[in-house]
Amino acid sequence: MSIEFRKDLFADERDDNLNEIGKPKQRQDIGGHVRGRTAYYDDHLFDGLLHMRCLRSPHHHARIRSVDSGAAERMPGVRRVVHPSDVPNNLNTLLSLIGFGKDDEQLLSDQVVRYMGEPILAIIADTEAQARAACAAVRVDWEVLPHVLDVEEAIAPAAPSVNPAYANNTFDYGPYDHVKLRFGDAQAAFAQADHIVEAEYEMSPIEQAPIETCGAIAAPETADRFVCHTGTQALFFSLGTAAKLLNIASSRLHFIGGTVGGGFGGKVDSITEPMAVLGAILTGKPVKFQWDREEEMQVGAPRGAERWRIKDGVMADGTIIARELTGFFDAGAYTRLSSYAGTKCTGHLPGPYSIPNVAANTFCVYTNRTPATAMRGFGITGVDFAIECHMDRVAEVAGIDPISLRIKNAYRDGDMKAHRRVAKNCALVESCQVAAGKAGWILGTEDMAASSMAGSTPERASIPQTALDEDGKINERRAGRTATTSPVKGTKQLPAGTHGRSHVAVPVQRPDMQIAPERVGHDDPAARGAAHAPAPVAPPVAAPLQPAAAALPAAAATPTPPRAQPAAASQPTPPASAATPPAAQAPQLQAKPYKPDEPFQRGVNRPGASRFLSGARRR
Amino acid sequence: MPKTPVTFTLNGAETGIFVDPGLNLLEALRREAGDLSPKFGCGQGTCGACTILINGEPHLSCLTLAVAAQDADISTTGGLAPGADLHPLQQAFADGFAAQCGFCTSGMLMAAKALLDRNPRPTRDEVVEAISGNLCRCTGYDPIVDAILDAAARVQGRVTA
Amino acid sequence: MTEVQTIEQLGAAAQAQGHVLGGGTLLMRQVNYTPHQVPNILRITDPAFRQITRAGRQISIGAGVSMAQIIASSDLDFLAPAARAIGGPAIRSMATVGGNLFAPHPYGDFAVALLALGAQVQWADGRTEDIEAFLASRETSKGVVAAVLIEPPQMDALRFGKVTRTKPKGVSVMSIAVLITGVGRSVQQARVAFGAMGPAPMRSKAAEHALAGATLDATGVAAACAACVSDLAPVNDALASAWYRREVAPIHLRRLLLGEN
Ligand SMILES: Cc1cc2nc3c(=O)[nH]c(=O)nc-3n(C[C@H](O)[C@H](O)[C@H](O)COP(=O)(O)OP(=O)(O)OC[C@H]3O[C@@H](n4cnc5c(N)ncnc54)[C@H](O)[C@@H]3O)c2cc1C
Ligand code: FES
Ligand code: FES
Repeated sequence: MSIEFRKDLFADERDDNLNEIGKPKQRQDIGGHVRGRTAYYDDHLFDGLLHMRCLRSPHHHARIRSVDSGAAERMPGVRRVVHPSDVPNNLNTLLSLIGFGKDDEQLLSDQVVRYMGEPILAIIADTEAQARAACAAVRVDWEVLPHVLDVEEAIAPAAPSVNPAYANNTFDYGPYDHVKLRFGDAQAAFAQADHIVEAEYEMSPIEQAPIETCGAIAAPETADRFVCHTGTQALFFSLGTAAKLLNIASSRLHFIGGTVGGGFGGKVDSITEPMAVLGAILTGKPVKFQWDREEEMQVGAPRGAERWRIKDGVMADGTIIARELTGFFDAGAYTRLSSYAGTKCTGHLPGPYSIPNVAANTFCVYTNRTPATAMRGFGITGVDFAIECHMDRVAEVAGIDPISLRIKNAYRDGDMKAHRRVAKNCALVESCQVAAGKAGWILGTEDMAASSMAGSTPERASIPQTALDEDGKINERRAGRTATTSPVKGTKQLPAGTHGRSHVAVPVQRPDMQIAPERVGHDDPAARGAAHAPAPVAPPVAAPLQPAAAALPAAAATPTPPRAQPAAASQPTPPASAATPPAAQAPQLQAKPYKPDEPFQRGVNRPGASRFLSGARRR
Repeated sequence: MPKTPVTFTLNGAETGIFVDPGLNLLEALRREAGDLSPKFGCGQGTCGACTILINGEPHLSCLTLAVAAQDADISTTGGLAPGADLHPLQQAFADGFAAQCGFCTSGMLMAAKALLDRNPRPTRDEVVEAISGNLCRCTGYDPIVDAILDAAARVQGRVTA
Repeated sequence: MTEVQTIEQLGAAAQAQGHVLGGGTLLMRQVNYTPHQVPNILRITDPAFRQITRAGRQISIGAGVSMAQIIASSDLDFLAPAARAIGGPAIRSMATVGGNLFAPHPYGDFAVALLALGAQVQWADGRTEDIEAFLASRETSKGVVAAVLIEPPQMDALRFGKVTRTKPKGVSVMSIAVLITGVGRSVQQARVAFGAMGPAPMRSKAAEHALAGATLDATGVAAACAACVSDLAPVNDALASAWYRREVAPIHLRRLLLGEN
């Protein structure tokens, strides 16, 4: 396999004296791999290792009437039956560690299961076979509830409610039940178009399917600590999550990871680590919690399913003048990372094309399917598939060569993107030219002469007057007061040229190494009143999470509201609160950030620091 | 429950362990015999990460009853390198970027060894067939196939570009 | 938990209670995943269990013979294509003929070839049974299969094809075996067997009937191909829907009959 470098392209944009890139280089870990000596989490041997297995729901949606584990407890080798009540703080959402979303998922569910395979109990035994046999001996009385497996059925008013934290079956991108992106006036532009091209696209869930299944081994260590060997892709995330669920100081957790037998996004959900540590706490012994292949496929969170409807307004010459997108991310039963997929995706719309009128509604929907999570470019991959299929369809309708169509509409350096950031370092034109060459596809001279560095115009570089609407406020859809999922006609106008909030990355830590509370995100009354100087930063935008937020038109109407008081500074802005239209945009409307009901008894309890992460090195 | 003794040759060394009668050979090798090179990826025969050689033939250790390995001659990736130097297959995998996360690598190497021991000059199609029971989620297989062909060439003294 | 009983004499196996261990490629999955369902494993060490023997025209294949052994046997070259179609190399050095007889949908490709050949199934207690009757009652049958007995067909009379979605190896969308007796392109008699098209490998008597007396060309086989579907009872699974299987069965049968593969 050889890599071809096209150093002729954008030659003056880089200092071209690369020493490593483009030259073969051995992986530093390859010696261990080929000798079979790389130590993955399961390659740590412990004397007296116990094995933990979960009892899982056979139903998509059911209430647990009763659980009888008496027989299982008496079976040979069984050390401990772990019940939901054994989990000290049995409610979490992954992104609570960065202050995004509400706690909505239990480690072991005690009342209702919301997807097939949801765990309700665990058994720790001397051998894996004993743990399996004991799980099979537990009797559960299930009351099967109606379920919903389709995103659009789930947001219909009569649909069963999946997740009580989001009773409408949509993630709250306050004040709306979806992420809004508005740029120009797509509805008006459609009337000018020569062709309207509409289609729907769908992507199934995709399992990351790493060859090493998810798992962890935890064991009591010296100094009242627990060591945890894990295959996680997100070591400190897993550590923080374990500390929160188990209500234990993170300084008592010694996590060892970094050697992952394939992850691809499927090993960020931090489930096996708290389970294994809980097992070690309850038994005082080393405990392994490892998914088998069936679990990896059934309950391992996949890339979530997506459905997209795209409507384009196209001129006879192939210029796309308007694009409307309606997208549904299937989160499954719990949020995990799907809420982020919705915002991340919105920052990517309408794809790498300069389109003057764009309107998009993106939903993150709860269904009774396996919760979805990260996988390679999630949030982007599915919609890109849809957009590129749609470009081919547009080319066909307009009677234009599909590559030529892409070159015509591709971003040029300096163009204004729909989320109000300037396009830089564009390369789609050149990619099209090179790909056409490789495929022996003949392009016209004009297309071959095109360049990403030329072609932007003052018009393409400007922010148009934008039509805004307030359709789809939280609770209205379920009540039957919101008719459509697609963007509706705007009723208010945002003046041309209105920019979004400026983006200032919030540092993770202060110079004194204290975690910045507004970044970590747990609302902490003590911290609010504390002597800590308010962070010397602009808005507390969790930058990596919210590419679209700052650019949403409504946010544009509020150029960087000054922080009234330090209290506000500790509240991370949920991404779509930025979408508050001018009329309704009182800051009070912003969704409240995460608030644990009770303070944690153990763990770091210091003004300004997360209780789950002991990141302070000196104090 | 009484454990059962099993003795076999593991990478040339006489080995004896005690196992639960229903235990599979993968777990027995890893936990009892201490050879961690075969990996658990499925326990149902689908991934090939646990591939070992029994009497020279490729076997899935996760689907082999440990007690049935009595008197068997077992080889694993853990015993592939004769010493400080790597086996030609290992060297070719290392040079050819044929492992990323490395979790499939032990099984791939054993499947490849079974092929080259029988057929020192395989065609590309024969290599593909030989690793058809082994899944890799990282490499896309091409570097692995190339590396196996490269190893065959190295053993033959043929030089590949 | 799971106990293992070692049986040195096939004759003694007839009385034993438990799950017979062939190559373990299916049984060990059950042991690994649901050990409580496999309290007893019968491990047969009798060398006869793993031997291929020939007596006159009849060949006896021990139930413990592996697919790799079939491929290596010069007496069984007509069965090698079916044996080669099963799993990857490691599966083939483990998977046995006996186990394949019991392999549930969508497995059992080797049994499809045996069904087309009209094999006899020999039990450890001495009974023999026609393979068709065996397959029809295998869910409830008890005992240990000792061997299968076959007569080698004429040169090239047995054709085997397997349809998969992944290459070079995959689990069957369907497998088809056809045994043709006749002269040149004219068919006297045919046995047509399908795998993964019902709960167990099954014959299509309608196709067999239509092939009797037909010529092996596009028009000659058309009736048989159209008819085969009526005998099949495919199900939906992760690999293909029942509808799809039914739609493509005639096409794959035609390709096999006309050597279009
Ligand atoms: C990755 C993978 C790929 C596979 N691919 C294929 C394929 O392509 N085609 C295919 O047909 N199959 C396939 N299989 C299924 C299986 O490997 C084969 O069907 C094989 O022939 C089963 O034989 P075994 O000896 O391993 O059976 P075992 O697992 O040993 O036994 C299977 C069942 O049969 C019973 N049994 C076995 N022998 C006897 C006997 N002598 N008397 C009575 N009962 C007996 C056992 O008790 C058990 O219930 C695959 C399996 C895996 C894991
Ligand atoms: S672990 Fe044995 S084949 Fe996957
Ligand atoms: S290198 Fe990761 S699975 Fe093959």
